[in-house]
Amino acid sequence: TFYIEPLKINKLGVRASDTFVLTPTPQPKDDFQEELVIRPLHSGDIYASFQFRTLWETDFMRENKVSHYRLFPKSLGQVISKFSVRELHISFTQGYWRTMQWGQPFLPSPPGAELWVWFQDSVTDVDAAWKELTNVLSGIFCASLNFIDSTNTVQPSASFKPLGIVNETDHRFLRYATLPREIVCTENLTPWKKLLPCGSKAGLAVLLKSEKLFHSSFFSQTVHIRPVCQDRECKTTSWELRQTLNVVFDLHTSGQGKREWSLFKMFSRTLTEACPLASSSKIYIDVTDNPQEEYFELSPATPLLSQAVVLGDRRTFSVYDLTQQVTFGTVRSLNLLIRWKSTEGECSMLRPLLHAERYVAGYGLQTGEIHTVMYNNHPFRSFPVLLLDSVPWYLRLYIHTLTVTSKGKDNTPSYIHYQPSKDRMRPHLLEMLVQLPPHSVTEVTVQFERALLKWTEYTPDPNHGFYVGSSVISALVPSSVAMDTNITQEQPLFSSFFPCKEESSYFVRVYTEPLLVNLPTPDFSMPYNVICLTCTVVAVGYGSLYNLLTRSFQIEEPNPRLAKKIANFIRRIRGVPLLS
Amino acid sequence: MAAPLTLLLVVAVTIRAALYRSSLAEVIAERVEVVSPITAWKRVIEGLALLDLGVSPYSGDVFHETPLVIYLFHFLVDYAEITFMLADVISAIALYLAVKEYNKQVVRKKQKFALEADRYPQDCLELIRSPKEMLYIPLKVAMFYLLNPFTILSCVAKSTCGLNNAVISLFILTTIKGNALLSAVFLCLATYQSIYPLTLCAPAMLYLMQRQYIPVNYRRASFWWFVVQYLFMYLGSLFVLICLSFFLLGSWDYLPSVYGFILSVPDLTPNIGLFWYFFAEMFEHFRLFFLCVFQINVFFYTVPLSIKLKDHPVFLMFMQLAVISIFKSYPTVGDIALYMALLPVWSHLHRFLRNIFLVSCVLLACSVLFPVLWHLWIYAGSANSNFYYAITLLFNVAQILLVSDYFYAFLRREHHLIHGLYLKKKDGSEATLVLK
Repeated sequence: TFYIEPLKINKLGVRASDTFVLTPTPQPKDDFQEELVIRPLHSGDIYASFQFRTLWETDFMRENKVSHYRLFPKSLGQVISKFSVRELHISFTQGYWRTMQWGQPFLPSPPGAELWVWFQDSVTDVDAAWKELTNVLSGIFCASLNFIDSTNTVQPSASFKPLGIVNETDHRFLRYATLPREIVCTENLTPWKKLLPCGSKAGLAVLLKSEKLFHSSFFSQTVHIRPVCQDRECKTTSWELRQTLNVVFDLHTSGQGKREWSLFKMFSRTLTEACPLASSSKIYIDVTDNPQEEYFELSPATPLLSQAVVLGDRRTFSVYDLTQQVTFGTVRSLNLLIRWKSTEGECSMLRPLLHAERYVAGYGLQTGEIHTVMYNNHPFRSFPVLLLDSVPWYLRLYIHTLTVTSKGKDNTPSYIHYQPSKDRMRPHLLEMLVQLPPHSVTEVTVQFERALLKWTEYTPDPNHGFYVGSSVISALVPSSVAMDTNITQEQPLFSSFFPCKEESSYFVRVYTEPLLVNLPTPDFSMPYNVICLTCTVVAVGYGSLYNLLTRSFQIEEPNPRLAKKIANFIRRIRGVPLLS
Repeated sequence: MAAPLTLLLVVAVTIRAALYRSSLAEVIAERVEVVSPITAWKRVIEGLALLDLGVSPYSGDVFHETPLVIYLFHFLVDYAEITFMLADVISAIALYLAVKEYNKQVVRKKQKFALEADRYPQDCLELIRSPKEMLYIPLKVAMFYLLNPFTILSCVAKSTCGLNNAVISLFILTTIKGNALLSAVFLCLATYQSIYPLTLCAPAMLYLMQRQYIPVNYRRASFWWFVVQYLFMYLGSLFVLICLSFFLLGSWDYLPSVYGFILSVPDLTPNIGLFWYFFAEMFEHFRLFFLCVFQINVFFYTVPLSIKLKDHPVFLMFMQLAVISIFKSYPTVGDIALYMALLPVWSHLHRFLRNIFLVSCVLLACSVLFPVLWHLWIYAGSANSNFYYAITLLFNVAQILLVSDYFYAFLRREHHLIHGLYLKKKDGSEATLVLK
């Protein structure tokens, strides 16, 4: 882009030049990449993951504000500089990721909305900044993030480390909140698409049509902003914005007769061109389980093949490069087709090493128990996991009932950080470091008591229940394949999200199901009645004691009955002697 | 009298020990009628566990006991059952000795009365009890306390209400014995644990002044001098306790957690009182107003009752205990057991009680219906909160009627002592007495 100089006007009020003077100025480098990974899943569903990454070498934190935005969306840039945000991670998810059937996702996300933010060290009032930030993001994404307040915000002490450049981590600048009840729909997708440089007009984003995307088993859209190093010595840093969209299409609801997936059937669109602003635009199809094309065939065929180590496994991908015109062929459109050859003969899926479930036990509306079950499926290695639980204040946890058992024996956590809740102010926060023995099931149980809330604190559908956000389990899982720790090497986007510090393990975050818990409810139609009845009882007490305190005993002179009174009155008029 | 009392103590301890060993102990410890957020044993254990984890028990909203309770149970947590049984035994013995001492004084007063019998109408001599009738009253009081199902339930649930009752019983004992300093100290301990026994200052001061023959006349200097002395002892020990609690944990966090909790009622867990559903259904705008009204309601009967009953401070003490138990923010059946234990002292009033049958039937029915309707609301889901609330209302109305009935009977007996028992109207027929 070019910088327009102001017109020079001399003393006579005449313009110095007739035309605008255009001078090129050096712009900070920015780069946009887009990619789509399609992975056929073991259960017959298909997993599509879009990633859009913008890298921009600029400094949001300097004095004069950044005013020229090119690829980086202006709304997010202004949010970063106004609230001094170091890292921002927001996700909107509909559905629950079934780890046992689908394997590990590239980017995990919990059902509902999740927001976690690292603020810069220069922020003085983190809570005020958090509150304003949630409201601004609520406007940007058309979501009800304004329901995030102190009753569902926590400050995890160990589970959420910065994913970008790490200087020192003071957890006072971290805030984490989830809204498990949040629903994702077209209204959230549209502003998300608007943040892309090409919008939804060119490139991979043309496939993002909401009528097909929301007709799926799992849908998740996320935005991640973080500072990253450009080179190994980290002399220059740039801001990375990643927008990812994960969707799992269900085999059966798509009404497929035979098992066949194509871009048109999944997204009701085909691709005609790459985004002109993108430096790279690729589609990766996971063909690891199909080396000799015995299970399915891809058309149109592509000669490009690439290998990447992702989630501890070396996978092979067929690559379609959309920046090459030859990909689109003579029809100028790309409709990838994956046709299965036979219905039987399923390949075995790599079993996920870490997997978790959570449920509520107990009966009645007074007490209950939360059980979190973690599975370590590695045959001989044990590894530690960090479990983060944020429970709302109206489920009163009793931490003395916390038990952690593995294989039937007690397994004491080596680190417990517990912050008890304060009624109507903050939730419970429980973080534990648990060592999972190899090939075992670990169960964490804690008892709670359900509170009776004020009648105005219930949602309009109180008998639906109250949601408890997912537990977060973070772990470094041993990898069977050496992971690549070189950050500057060219890697597909999907394999380079979580920073990899060592070769023998990779970072995994697992979210459990959210819980739905019923609370006892008062009768909502009765406020006036209750006030009257209770005040009546208090008045009965007051009245009895008042009578006894202020009156004294006297002999009663009987009052004549009414009939006698009237008779006497008439007799008096007549002048006749009165009745006694 | 020692032998029957010992037998009673043995029976009481046996019943409690048997219930501790049975499976009913956990069930009873969860009952909302028996434990409240202030007195529950589960919360004491939770507070001690938080302390072990390095977190202040008052940083959350689960633990609302005073720091001295933490200190006490830090050492006694393994002997909790013995502690609570001992607390019950101490209460019973204290009440026994207190009533015995009080009866001695009543007899002395009656002897004075008999000497002046010719000044009083003849027929009221039958209102006066003989020492032989009063012989078994202390034992009955101890029995009413120890064998009351409410007390047994409260002890088996390890509710700290038992400790509160023990302190109040010791206060009653030391007051009736005439020891002003100990009375102030025990009253301060009771107030420190739950604010409401503050109102018992008035009967204590009236009783001690009566015992020391100081005339209760606000124009006299000796009256004010005694009030100042007593309040000095009381406030001094309260100050010492508050400072001791500060040094235990090193912070003032416990003040809003304990006293702020009792006064502002944030926790709406159902109990047998009137506060929970009222504030669950209260319009937000009026919450503070009604909170103040309900809290003042507990304290404001003190002055009128003291003026009316200034010659009968022990009955005043009973009335105050009853008012506290009914109108406090988190009542439990343990509080009720304490004032019911004192009913045998006024057993001579039974001829003037008007609706004792109705009241006892209602109390019995409500005690049975509480767990039934709780189960229907919380577990079966076929009833809703209104059912439990209705029984709460009825229970409290019955208690109010009981207390006001005894008050009526007491005042009526005093009236008859002055004006004669069999009153006649002007025309000689039998008169009826009404309050006008």
